[in-house]
Amino acid sequence: MAHLKIVNGSDLIRCTAEGGCGECQVSCQSAVKTSSAVANQKCENKAEKSKAE
Amino acid sequence: MIHKYKLNGYGVVLDVCSGAVYCVDDVTYDILDYLEDSVEENIDKSIIERLNGKYSDREIREAYDELYSAFKGGLIFSKDRCKDEVGSELLNSPIKAMCINISHDCNMSCEYCFASKGDFGCTRELMTFDTAKKCIDFLVVNSQGRRNLEVEFFGGEPLMAFDTVKKTVEYARGLEEKYNKNFRFTITTNGILLDDDKINFINKEMSTVVLSLDGRKEINDKMRKTLGDQGTYDRIIPKFKRLVELRGGENYYIRGTFTKNNLDFSEDILHIYNLGFNKISVEPVVGEEYTDYTIDKDDLGDVLREYEKLLKIVYDMKKRGSNIDFYRFNIDLKRSPCAIKRLKGCSCGNEFIAVVPNGDIFPCHQFVGEEKFTMGNVNAGTFNGELKKAFSEMNMYKKSKCSECWARMFCGGGCNANNVHYTGDIKKPYSLLCEIEKKRIECALMLNVALSEQRT
Ligand code: SF4
Repeated sequence: MAHLKIVNGSDLIRCTAEGGCGECQVSCQSAVKTSSAVANQKCENKAEKSKAE
Repeated sequence: MIHKYKLNGYGVVLDVCSGAVYCVDDVTYDILDYLEDSVEENIDKSIIERLNGKYSDREIREAYDELYSAFKGGLIFSKDRCKDEVGSELLNSPIKAMCINISHDCNMSCEYCFASKGDFGCTRELMTFDTAKKCIDFLVVNSQGRRNLEVEFFGGEPLMAFDTVKKTVEYARGLEEKYNKNFRFTITTNGILLDDDKINFINKEMSTVVLSLDGRKEINDKMRKTLGDQGTYDRIIPKFKRLVELRGGENYYIRGTFTKNNLDFSEDILHIYNLGFNKISVEPVVGEEYTDYTIDKDDLGDVLREYEKLLKIVYDMKKRGSNIDFYRFNIDLKRSPCAIKRLKGCSCGNEFIAVVPNGDIFPCHQFVGEEKFTMGNVNAGTFNGELKKAFSEMNMYKKSKCSECWARMFCGGGCNANNVHYTGDIKKPYSLLCEIEKKRIECALMLNVALSEQRT
């Protein structure tokens, strides 16, 4: 498409159907310490998958 | 709901509920001014009339058609399905992460320290190994169903109790196989006590290290002082360099704080980068009462402008191949977390707790010392499940301002401790921090857009 370029797709819709596994890092929104804020989190499943690929 | 903005010449549109992010041209950007929460198949003539002087009829119709197909695909003006579909999962979760305040003592005396010079407003105390073992046992027992466990050594200055840190790590490693757990340790340090032995242990065992440094020497030394009131910059830089070099430049953050003294904090970030550190996190100082260095609402305009300035710098550097990684601009849209994670936001008091040297348990390090938030004690074997339940229910839909906010899927509803401390209500975010957070999210999304454009 020329006018509207998608940078990432409907990630949240897919995840909603799958539900969470709970294995990723806990989040700390204040970023005082070493945990990530939600925005910076990485999905543990996607990490595993990309390692396996 | 959508959120659109222009930054550095890019038109960015976020579809809030699906998480889809778009780069749009001007005509699409302008059409969106006239669409509320849906796109009809046929364009309303009044839209064409309003935009006709600016764009050709064909351009407007083409852009509109693209918006319509995104809408049909559920990728723009999508509905919030999360509330119904995952709402039930936002309940009590196992405790899988613990901040161990191994030392309520510090060998520095930083002006802005929220831990009140290391002792968190309590007596100076180091945790005994016996208590630290009980912390680990507590985590193993209470993390049923979770394999990955996180333990953060925090303080005060955790290197002041380094023998206990070492023994605790060894003790926990000894339990991994038996209980099918994988411990990830992290440590935050001011660096003063680092030596090669400690560096080697840290680099072998800690999955992340946070090194405290504010930036330029004069900025760092104004706030980060030894107990003898001396600046610390010259002492810690060589140690940080050695630690980072020996860990191959990975899995660390240089963590600084900015105050009213350095509203030009992009200079500090550049300074840190030029010292050879590429992973940088610099955050505004937050204080309970206004001091001469606390960021307040009068500074907001300057702070937001500085983030935009920093964005331009980071973007230009990245275009030239730099590996600079500024924590708050680092949103990886390809590996972003699932909806449940985002809706839960702050994990404190539910999946995450903090334990202090005497064994008392708090929802997180920022609640330490507050009696009404004491959750129990690892030595006494007590734990207040009701308080945990209350925290577990504190998801974004309980925070009315957040459930309407465009940034919610990235912000997660703010920091519960900040909410309590600044607004007096855990459900009410502090608007100053909201404005800062929203700007940082805009910057991070723009970077994703710009860098993906570069790749195509
Ligand atoms: S804390 Fe503020 S920025 Fe974050 S979701 Fe809530 S209202 Fe939005």
